[in-house]
Amino acid sequence: MNVLAIDSSNLVMGVAVATEQKVLGELTTNSRKNHSERLMPAIAQLLEAVALKPADIDRIAVAEGPGSYTGLRIGATIAKMMAWTLKKELVGVSSLEVVAQNGRYFDGYIAPFFDARRGQVFAGLYENNNGNVVQSVPDRLLQIEDWIVELSKLGKPVLFLSNDLEKWEDLLQTQSYAVLGESTQNVPRAAELARIGARKEPVLDIHHFLPAYLRLAEAEAKWLAKQER
Amino acid sequence: MKIDVNQKTMILGIETSCDETAAAVVENGTVIRSNAVASQIDIHRRFGGVVPEVASRHHVDQITVICEEAMKKSGVSWDDLDAIAVTQGPGLIGALLVGVNGAKALAYAHGLPLVPVHHITGHIYANRFVQELQFPLIALVVSGGHTELVHMKEHGSYQVIGTTRDDAAGEAFDKVARTLGLPYPGGPEIDRLAKGGTPTIDFPRAWLGEGSLDFSFSGLKSAVINYIHNEQQRGHELNHANIAASFQESVSEVLVKKTMIAAERVHAKQILVAGGVSANSKVRSEMEKAARTRGIPLIIPPLFLCTDNAAMIAASGTIGFLKGMRADLSLNGKANLFIEDF
Ligand SMILES: [Zn+2]
Repeated sequence: MNVLAIDSSNLVMGVAVATEQKVLGELTTNSRKNHSERLMPAIAQLLEAVALKPADIDRIAVAEGPGSYTGLRIGATIAKMMAWTLKKELVGVSSLEVVAQNGRYFDGYIAPFFDARRGQVFAGLYENNNGNVVQSVPDRLLQIEDWIVELSKLGKPVLFLSNDLEKWEDLLQTQSYAVLGESTQNVPRAAELARIGARKEPVLDIHHFLPAYLRLAEAEAKWLAKQER
Repeated sequence: MKIDVNQKTMILGIETSCDETAAAVVENGTVIRSNAVASQIDIHRRFGGVVPEVASRHHVDQITVICEEAMKKSGVSWDDLDAIAVTQGPGLIGALLVGVNGAKALAYAHGLPLVPVHHITGHIYANRFVQELQFPLIALVVSGGHTELVHMKEHGSYQVIGTTRDDAAGEAFDKVARTLGLPYPGGPEIDRLAKGGTPTIDFPRAWLGEGSLDFSFSGLKSAVINYIHNEQQRGHELNHANIAASFQESVSEVLVKKTMIAAERVHAKQILVAGGVSANSKVRSEMEKAARTRGIPLIIPPLFLCTDNAAMIAASGTIGFLKGMRADLSLNGKANLFIEDF
């Protein structure tokens, strides 16, 4: 099975093609956004480099979020369109789960997060189970201070993985249980996305597949708050 | 550039610049094979206007559904298509990106050429479903985002000879409607209300000097809002129908007069009206009267082609395709785009 993996959920843009046994190719950038301009050419370039045509893809795995709303929409739209029109399978994978793979052999918890501004982070908790990274706490949006308090109670070392680590470095370093990821561990790999994507159940309804924003649009949240008053 | 507009073509158009997710298949630039639209009006009504983030999220939800509907109803297969045309701008950037990236994925998946379309040229080309265009012509494009007079010397050539210096006409409609407490979208509500009123109030008309083809609606908008506030302060009962009728009269008088000046100046063989405000009954009837007096043929699209749709994008995209306009996979949506570059 040829899996095309697409991740444009954050600053990192990644594309990979893999089978269950082998990574055929991978493209990653971690310096510029403009994913709307660069993602489709990257997909075309990679498929050409590994000598596959769009129709040769059996499944598309997309990093479904959390992340930047615009980035998520670009990845989800391309993945949906290709899966629908080529009649291929579509799989959504948590963007945090992809990052968590980089801590696979860590002895303790793996805590990937993305900065979500206003002191908040998109965060999830994962752990190593015989070489498989499994989720311990669902992905969510919360204040980083609250997250740190919660993690301190686990009584085990926690590996923080994030491309936004620098922003919270001073705070995290004061935590005795905290281990901070190295530069290469903080960047999600599209090949890992392809590997996880190959094992997951494909979505049943490609038409209504949506990114996991984990946060309501501001106008929506305000409107709901007004209804409750 | 001379192009053969009678060439056989089959184009899929995609439009997501604001709050309609739309896809359509158009044959030879003139025949609508299918025209699928998912409107978000009901979703945005409770916010009193289009919320960009909400609109963008709904586009992702609807994009493949609408493309599937357009392809199924058209009865054509991907192999029958010559190209995919997509609105590149202007519009809400987050919304545009969904259509642009969706179109790129389709073009790549099926090895089809990709044609970028300027949204306003789409509105103009909605008229080609009514009648073949005769040049030179003058097109008045009036919507919530635009008030422009465009001079066309031939297919696919656009010269802006008049534009608004502040608000678009549709914007003025929305703001006045909000002040009158009417629900969103305000344009059709004002139109309905005005039918039961008479234009008794003398609201200003901005002519901007002898022979100017530019527009200004912010002064009119403020005048209407001030009038309402003053009347309320004096404890007078407001006559909503008369206010709506007077406002509409002022807008349509300016639109019609300037369009006629432009048409006479370029010796237009046709006058086209396009965009959401062309659905307004007062604008339609006054424009018809004025054009008839001058003996210039007038084309206004049927109501379903006045609002945003993808048939018009495919129609304009057909001309772009014949002109040889192509985009590669790096095509990006643009909130601001200049029509004369198309
Ligand atoms: Zn429009």
